[in-house]
Amino acid sequence: MPIFISTRESDDQLRKKVMEISGQNFQQCYQCGTCSGSCPMADHITVFPRRIMALLQLGNRKALEEANTPWVCASCHTCMVRCPRGIDITKVMEALRLIKLRQNIDHIEPKKLKPEQVADMPQIAMVSGFRKMTS
Amino acid sequence: MKIAYYPGCTLKTKAKNLETSALACLDALGVEYEELPRWNCCGAVFSLADDDLIHMVAPVRDLIRVQERGEDTVLTLCSMCYNTLARANDLMKNDAEKRKTINDFMDEEPDYEGNVKVVHFLDFIRDSYGFDKLKPKITKPLTGMKVAPYYGCTLLRPKEVALDRPDNPQVFHQFIAALGAEVIDFPSATKCCGAYQVLGAPDAALQVSYEIISDAVKHGAEALALTCPLCDYNMGKRQDQMFEKYEGAKDMPVYYFTQLLALALGIPADASHLELNRESARELLKTKSMI
Repeated sequence: MPIFISTRESDDQLRKKVMEISGQNFQQCYQCGTCSGSCPMADHITVFPRRIMALLQLGNRKALEEANTPWVCASCHTCMVRCPRGIDITKVMEALRLIKLRQNIDHIEPKKLKPEQVADMPQIAMVSGFRKMTS
Repeated sequence: MKIAYYPGCTLKTKAKNLETSALACLDALGVEYEELPRWNCCGAVFSLADDDLIHMVAPVRDLIRVQERGEDTVLTLCSMCYNTLARANDLMKNDAEKRKTINDFMDEEPDYEGNVKVVHFLDFIRDSYGFDKLKPKITKPLTGMKVAPYYGCTLLRPKEVALDRPDNPQVFHQFIAALGAEVIDFPSATKCCGAYQVLGAPDAALQVSYEIISDAVKHGAEALALTCPLCDYNMGKRQDQMFEKYEGAKDMPVYYFTQLLALALGIPADASHLELNRESARELLKTKSMI
């Protein structure tokens, strides 16, 4: 997937917002890819975490919004403990989720869950899932 | 002194087998405990946003319940509760500005400075009780049982609250070894099971859980020991879905670590509520003459 780089396309507001919510300076990322190599969800995400960091550095809102990465991230913190630059990538993913959720755009609809799907499910699955994916 | 025990929501409903087995073990080991009165849900996940303090209120309130009883330690069993309470405690201890905001907001409660120690059953056994003291109490060792300890995420990450080194943990290995079982070390022991993505991306969660089980099988495990009710759901109950989806998926007995401890301590199997585990879990114990 080619990335079109342009100052006009760069969304500085988004970059600032992600930094503000996450408290993380993604500018420090030097693109080593340890996060992508560590991600247990790598088979299921459309954009690897390394690339998410690059897209943030470029302020590419469109590509970031199209990525399913923050919504498949399970906050396992593996990327975070391995990042040689000390960036808490898990917090960056949370910020990307919250930017949507705070506009009341939910990722999952609790009432659409089938009763048989949740019958045996432990509370911690639902409490954490709803915390991460609904506003 | 009695230790304050925080159960959390899931242990009272879907993971009764974790709670009843653990409490039976504490009784057998002579550890005095008392369930924290008026505990509330910790929120299951620690908020990762810098500007979100409202989600700290629930775990901090639980920690205040411990403090007001004059106790300095709270014991947890559920890995997610451990992580959430320990991180909230860490924040209250180390971030003066946020501590003030949270304390000011919770004006109905006494101030909290982060002085309670949050421990998990595993590090409690290692650091406070001691594996040396535990070993002589093992009357029915799990001899010949090949058990893979699965840590998951929340006991090891982030490192501020890790029970052990996040990259090469040993505490669960030592625990399983103390029970007399053969410890199966496997690379996926610290890999994520997909956690709450069972709601958002259930197929992805199923695959990562399947990969962990397959890895354990490949390394010779007969059983998986774990500490978290969500891991138990993803890798225990959801195995039936794995059989439908993945050719050659094997039925892997899954136990809570405290169930294995209870059996090894010679506590009657009723306390472990094995009927809540997979059938294969009971069958394996029968073949090993443990029940």
